[in-house]
Amino acid sequence: MKEKTQVEDVDRSLYDFRYGYDDEHYYKVREGLTPEIVETISKEKNDPEWMREFRLKCLDLYYKQDIPDWGPSLDGLNMDDIVTYVRPNTKMTAKWEEVPAEIKETFEKLGIPQAERDSLAGVGAQYDSELVYHNIREEVASKGVIYTDLESALHGEYAPMIEEHFMKLLTPYDHKFMALHGAVWSGGSFVYVPKGVKVEIPLQSYFRLNAPGAGQFEHTLIIVDEGADLHFIEGCSAPKYNIANLHAGAVELFVAKNARLRYSTIENWSKNMYNLNSKRALIEEGGRMEFVSGSFGSHVSYLYPMTILKGDRSSLEYTGITFAGEGQNLDTGMKVVHIGRDTKSIVSSKSISKSGGYSTFRSVVQIQNSAKNAKSTTDCASLMLDDESRSDTVPVMDVRTQDADVGHEAKIGRISDEAVFYLMSRGMSEEEARTMIVSGFADNVSKELPLEYAIEMNNLIRLEMVGSIG
Amino acid sequence: MSEELLKIENLKVKAGDNEILHGIDLCVRKGETHVLMGPNGAGKSTLGNALMGNPNYEVIGGSVTFKGENLLDMEVCDRAKSGLFLSFQSPIEVPGISLSNFIRNSVDVKTGEKSRLLPFRRKLMEKMDILDMDISYAERDLNVGFSGGEKKKAEILQMLMLNPDLAILDETDSGLDIDAVRTVSRGVHDFHESGEGAMIIITHSTKILESLHVDYTHVLVDGRIVATGGRELVDEINENGFEKYLK
Repeated sequence: MKEKTQVEDVDRSLYDFRYGYDDEHYYKVREGLTPEIVETISKEKNDPEWMREFRLKCLDLYYKQDIPDWGPSLDGLNMDDIVTYVRPNTKMTAKWEEVPAEIKETFEKLGIPQAERDSLAGVGAQYDSELVYHNIREEVASKGVIYTDLESALHGEYAPMIEEHFMKLLTPYDHKFMALHGAVWSGGSFVYVPKGVKVEIPLQSYFRLNAPGAGQFEHTLIIVDEGADLHFIEGCSAPKYNIANLHAGAVELFVAKNARLRYSTIENWSKNMYNLNSKRALIEEGGRMEFVSGSFGSHVSYLYPMTILKGDRSSLEYTGITFAGEGQNLDTGMKVVHIGRDTKSIVSSKSISKSGGYSTFRSVVQIQNSAKNAKSTTDCASLMLDDESRSDTVPVMDVRTQDADVGHEAKIGRISDEAVFYLMSRGMSEEEARTMIVSGFADNVSKELPLEYAIEMNNLIRLEMVGSIG
Repeated sequence: MSEELLKIENLKVKAGDNEILHGIDLCVRKGETHVLMGPNGAGKSTLGNALMGNPNYEVIGGSVTFKGENLLDMEVCDRAKSGLFLSFQSPIEVPGISLSNFIRNSVDVKTGEKSRLLPFRRKLMEKMDILDMDISYAERDLNVGFSGGEKKKAEILQMLMLNPDLAILDETDSGLDIDAVRTVSRGVHDFHESGEGAMIIITHSTKILESLHVDYTHVLVDGRIVATGGRELVDEINENGFEKYLK
């Protein structure tokens, strides 16, 4: 007899911090979006003239484009309610001691200082829209690695580099939310790794939202120059509010000849969040891109990191996991475009859905005519933990040359009673047995993460599984 | 007189719509080795699975006490924690958890305390050595890609590490070549010698029993125990088969 598994809502209070939120400490733009607001943001941020013009152009494109209608519903998102720009009343600081106490407390709960002490090279932590804490270890800086907030970079010696790359990969023409991003972006990181420099320890950035109704539009721009090597980790966690929240960040990654970039993310947004993040990577000859992506929280996600394998022999490895619980519709996936010869992509995706959660994996593999001898394999596995959950796989393969090797494999499964019985016969409770199977299912992703992140992900899975037996 | 470990009275078990066991009586005392033989489909595995609590088998009558407790009222995991062990015929593959972590986790939930890594590793290596298992299997995903023989060895390894009061070996020797049977039987021997654990060995061959002391042999036919004897019954069946017990 099969028992139907009922699942309680997960207690997310562990991740829902809210300390001393107080309006007078914040600078807010009035709700809704007008050219005046964009001008104000631009002025407040002391943008160079080109950026001011770019923002206004993006706003125009934002008005002209429609909300996408092919994915999960965005009806709960009222753009007029989203305050586009909120920042704490503090200046940039490089010293932990100078970070305001309430903000520090929130970060301490998130374990940032600890993480930094342990192994991380630098922390750029974004509280609301501005970087309030930014530090980079000298050993990294001494190699010539630039790791700073994007606003500062716009005025320093790297300004021309920003202008050359900013929103050239992800453009305001791509979709409505990229146009919105271009108009109101604020905060985020800029990383430049010079030729031949190998950054031994991962760089980490933490973004979070902490004001009701506040959108977050951080921009990450990473350039890994020829032969260089970088691992960048983006961690997300947001407090829970009842008003719909929007996250429309942008991540642009440039990987030069023979360089390698690994970009790891564990997203754990609170479950009222609309996560419409865009990420794109451009890989030159012999370059290697590695995406490790875990999507846990949010109410609705649209997330499809795209990689353009432009140079010959460039390659992509994508490893992703999505966990959709009650009330969540997580539409994730990836896109890879093979342009160069002998390019290679390996995609492995896992999705878990439970308690009525809905996860969709969309993959697009495009092999252009120029991509002779390209190889691509996609492997998707889904695990549904009960009968009310849903999981879809939508693979698209667009192959324009005879001379390519493209494979796709998809598996959808449930946890078998036999497996649960086997583990229980060795002393595990039913909940432990199911958690062990789900953790094992996600193991290929946690293996790709640095230890502390792997532990965090396993904790997340455990949290999601608590109370899953009824 | 040693104490009663397992007492089965008039046990009736259904799988799907079919009644498989029609009233089994069996008593196993501490440290005893029982052999359960019988033709295919007699209900041998059903008995093992019903005792362990496999949800695909439904107990529709009778009683089972294990160490004085009502076994049938217990959750599967509590049966394991109280010292019952079932070696599976075809154990499930579980990706993402290593054999060694799995066993350590099982040992920890059974003892209720975190085992220390080094003594655990030492014992694991020692038992793997007895079973002629390559050390690399400890770090491999549980049963994933294991051959039939390796899976059986991994089951015996779990038994040796968990050290149960009663181990039910469900055709642990079937489908194995001579060498593998010898190895597995060495593991069973080690279990028998090194502790006070009792065993119910379900088998239809006798090779695994060669070097083993057997206290009782039961012949199960059509869901009923039709004969019980000592070691000599094994030899008799070995010679003549089950013919005379079939109706």
